[in-house]
Amino acid sequence: MEDKLILSPSPHLRAKTNTTRIMLDVLIALAPAAVASMLLYGFHALVVLADTVLAAVAAEWISRKVMKRENTVGDLSAVVTGVLLAFNLPPSIHPLTAAFGAVVAIVVVKQMFGGIGCNFVNPALAARIVLLTSFPKAMTSWTAPIKLGSAKIDAVSCATPLALHASGEDTPLMKLFLGTTGGCLGETCALALIIGGIYLVFRRVISPVIPLVYLSTAAAVSLLLGEDPLFQLLSGGLMLGAIFMATDYTTSPMNTSGKVIYAVGCGVLTMVIRVFGNLPEGVSFSILLMNILTPLIERATVPKPFGEGRHSREKA
Amino acid sequence: MSEQKPLYREFTKGIIKENPVLCLVLGTCPTLAVTTGVKSALGMGAAATIVLVCSNSVISLLRRVIPERVRIPCYITVIAAFVTVVQMLVKAYAPSLDKALGVYLPLIVVNCIILGRAEMFASKHPVLPSALDGLGMGVGFTAALVLMGTIREVLGAGSWFGLRLPLAGSHPILIFLMPPGGFFVFGMLMAAANRLNTRSRRHTPESGCAACPMNEACAKAHEKKECT
Repeated sequence: MEDKLILSPSPHLRAKTNTTRIMLDVLIALAPAAVASMLLYGFHALVVLADTVLAAVAAEWISRKVMKRENTVGDLSAVVTGVLLAFNLPPSIHPLTAAFGAVVAIVVVKQMFGGIGCNFVNPALAARIVLLTSFPKAMTSWTAPIKLGSAKIDAVSCATPLALHASGEDTPLMKLFLGTTGGCLGETCALALIIGGIYLVFRRVISPVIPLVYLSTAAAVSLLLGEDPLFQLLSGGLMLGAIFMATDYTTSPMNTSGKVIYAVGCGVLTMVIRVFGNLPEGVSFSILLMNILTPLIERATVPKPFGEGRHSREKA
Repeated sequence: MSEQKPLYREFTKGIIKENPVLCLVLGTCPTLAVTTGVKSALGMGAAATIVLVCSNSVISLLRRVIPERVRIPCYITVIAAFVTVVQMLVKAYAPSLDKALGVYLPLIVVNCIILGRAEMFASKHPVLPSALDGLGMGVGFTAALVLMGTIREVLGAGSWFGLRLPLAGSHPILIFLMPPGGFFVFGMLMAAANRLNTRSRRHTPESGCAACPMNEACAKAHEKKECT
């Protein structure tokens, strides 16, 4: 009888899920895009992917060892960071450069701030920005996707749809949807990313609020600015960013009103940078900026405790 | 103030224990601005050291003459005079350094380290300790700048003192030359200095006034009993 009486503080209802399971779900959701990147860019994609994942896991393991903390490699979060970083890199990137990015993501952005759950911005995105500012040339040389049955050419350079758009040339929407364009490894194939996103929402790993509000804000702003909304949604890293990057638990607001503010901010900033900025793409910068604003958004959207009157907080 | 401290300690304390940049966190602006290269870092450090030694000595000599209420304008005037001299010398004999330092050379006038040492130290101590304090702080400042400049130039430009390095030269990491890289290196060096300091004096308290490197010169010195 005594064994059945368990005394414990709340919460009493616990979900069966844990970090490892959530990260595994994210990895499953990323799998279609990974397969698409290998089909599109061939062996290069596999090399970059394996490279960043290995470097991220090794960096996580070593930094936890050095700091004499409990090792967190098992929760798979470093693997997710590695995959996301690879998805943000061009296929032709040098393996050492990519590994450097993974080390920056894990050591500087994540572990120095306390490890999983304590990073102030998305590690993979911060690493992408570090690489972009450090190696601007290597980070903006794109290779064309492999054409099935074409002659054996190692790589053909080409521009991204957004860069082409800036110079007045448009890419057919179907090509954008299937991802047969130049771009970062995982960002081009909108179809694969959407499949992954639907899986995550279905598994309740992410709430659909941030991706939907982010994408619809971007579409609305592009309509206002006289751009083609469908083209804007399908090009660049918008799908990848909205589904996998902006929804990071640590760096996005917790409740729905906060999520809406955050996602609207992401959408507006992305389109403003794309249309008015010097850079063709603004997804990573806009998500990073909103990551930094997240604590302020949280403070502004503290939910009212049930049963509390309108003025009771001011009295207290 | 402790009178029994040996004189050389006034010199050595500025190098690590009370390093103006890494421990007192003074003079951050020139530190971040001029450390993109070793050459400009060394030039900045030398110019600031000269001004620091001279202004500390003169202010220490004048410490009984300067009225308490207008001491800051008086310090600034003395410092500005020496900065003008140094600037003219640099312009005449090292025009390339003048170009590299740009606006940061005249800005030594408002460098917190120099004004801070005048206020914290020179106005309360005789000439010889003040000059040694200025020299120590100057050397500490220069050392921190050169160290930071070395890291940023080697990694960011692949060269050292303008000389191309064989290995690092082929793939420079540009971010180290930009402000984010500067802040990053600055933070890492501060952490290292902090580590060195806490290791050498483990018995001292880790928080409160006693642990603060500014303890001796703190404006709240008379409230010290309350603030521990």
